[in-house]
Amino acid sequence: MTTSDLVLPARGGAAPERRASSVLTDTGNVWLRETLTIVRDPFSLIFSLLQPLIFLGLFGPLLSGFTGGQDLGGTSPLQWFLPGVVVMITMFGTSMTGSNLQYEIMTGAFERILATPLSRPALMIGRALKELTPLVVQGLIICAVAAPFGFVIHPLGILLGLVLLGVFGVGIGALSYSLAIAARKNEWVFWAVQQTLLFPLLILSGMMLPLEAGPGWMRVASQFNPLTYVVEAERALFAGVLADPSVLWGFVAAFVTAAVGLVVGVRTITRSIF
Amino acid sequence: MIHTEALTRTFGSGKDTVEAVRGVDLDVAEGELVAFLGPNGAGKSTTLRMLTSLLPPTSGTALVAGTDVVADPAGVRRRIGYIGQKDGAGHSYRVGDELVMQGRFYGLSKSESVERGRRLMTSLDLAGMENRKVSTLSGGQKRRLDIALGLIHEPPLLFLDEPSTGMDPQNRANLWEHILRLRAERGTTIVLTTHYLEEADTMAERVVVIDHGRIIADDTAEALKAEQAGDHVWFSVPAEDADAAAQVLDGHGEQLERTTAGATVGLRYRVGHGTRALPRLVLALADRGIGVAEASVRRPTLDDVFLNLTGRSLREGGPALTTSTEGQPA
Repeated sequence: MTTSDLVLPARGGAAPERRASSVLTDTGNVWLRETLTIVRDPFSLIFSLLQPLIFLGLFGPLLSGFTGGQDLGGTSPLQWFLPGVVVMITMFGTSMTGSNLQYEIMTGAFERILATPLSRPALMIGRALKELTPLVVQGLIICAVAAPFGFVIHPLGILLGLVLLGVFGVGIGALSYSLAIAARKNEWVFWAVQQTLLFPLLILSGMMLPLEAGPGWMRVASQFNPLTYVVEAERALFAGVLADPSVLWGFVAAFVTAAVGLVVGVRTITRSIF
Repeated sequence: MIHTEALTRTFGSGKDTVEAVRGVDLDVAEGELVAFLGPNGAGKSTTLRMLTSLLPPTSGTALVAGTDVVADPAGVRRRIGYIGQKDGAGHSYRVGDELVMQGRFYGLSKSESVERGRRLMTSLDLAGMENRKVSTLSGGQKRRLDIALGLIHEPPLLFLDEPSTGMDPQNRANLWEHILRLRAERGTTIVLTTHYLEEADTMAERVVVIDHGRIIADDTAEALKAEQAGDHVWFSVPAEDADAAAQVLDGHGEQLERTTAGATVGLRYRVGHGTRALPRLVLALADRGIGVAEASVRRPTLDDVFLNLTGRSLREGGPALTTSTEGQPA
């Protein structure tokens, strides 16, 4: 050992060599910190579980009414609609990733966490995964509740569907995170942008109503919406069709969204002053 | 522990460019306690952010704890502790959870993190508050929790950004007690920013005066005061003798102030050694038949140093306290 090796902490004992920083470990720790808030206060989770059920219970019958009980896209209305609901709650959940963050930026906790050695992508992935955690439970409950009404459960398809949503949700979460930082001085801007973007994206993905019935421009616009591919992939997966090309395109759209979100997010973190 | 060369940081571009830090050369040795003193907007916090790797420098280099802030920012962060101006702990989280997670962010095992968190909470008078929500803590308790968060990984180098801004005197004294004990126990190198003159004067061993993004003085508070300010002597004399008195005193020092109060005039002078000069000056005035009604010696403050260096007082803007981050006691 040379003397230069001894320059580092003599008495402090921070032992920086103890760990090779790993994005995986960091992500787990960020996720755990956020998830502890749910564990400590599970009451909010119970309400969030009810929400998609209400949506399914109130919207589903209407849709069946419109189609007169006819099949939609070759399946029963429920089979067609349910994957859309799961994607929708993912979008609602992960697009709000940044809202808690704004509070943390304001009070100062965010700066403290930025001063730790945590990897920057892990900060975003961990937070997005926290939003996705209750969604897994929500998704499974919806499937279980819908089963007696003619929804057919394909476990492997649902599992893959949730993985796909996880990847896509990380991307949306990272973009929401970036938006929160960009709008840190005007909180309302976050909500204005989030709401303004969310609904066109949802509607133009054919999630709630089939776009086949819509005008041509809407169908063209939907081709540029990554969410469209995710929704189509989820419909295939929930129907148990794993080898469908739409599944491949769904994963491509999800990974591209995640990559774009993380790149934008890391740049936003590095360039901002808190 | 810290070595910087020509560290600069500019914000904005084109016409709106602001040079927040313009060429800072600084060396801090292991175990030092250094205060960056300067008015708001002088570049103290920007310098601190560059040293903690939170903000990349526009140009120049900085080695912190042997690590380059640009080449290995995460490595710098692993070796330092940082306590910012605002609350470090998330308001919606539990005190114990925040401490344990902070330890894990630095790579400590769960058990070690729990153990260190418990010891820190005891030594910072926070014992038994593990399950409290951070938002229910008082301002002083939150600040002590910030210290615990900054120390859980036992960093050899600790940065504090305006550590006592907005605190009442009692909490401020309490905070310093903890900081100084930490230093005595672990030999931690401490770098802090402050715009409180008294704080820099009494606590720091070395004061780095920063103004307009540059270091304009760097020494012990005592040396700065002796070199830059000198002592002040003050005399109260009858108004009719004021001119004669000024004539005598002008030979011994620089006049700083002349104020009239009723039938008397106050004269303030800067002299080399006030306590030695005072009796001689009173005698010199008596020789001329001038009766001194009152006299005093004032040791200079760091504000006099700043005034001498810049022509401005640090107090001019008043105490720019930001109290918005202070919470209400539970």
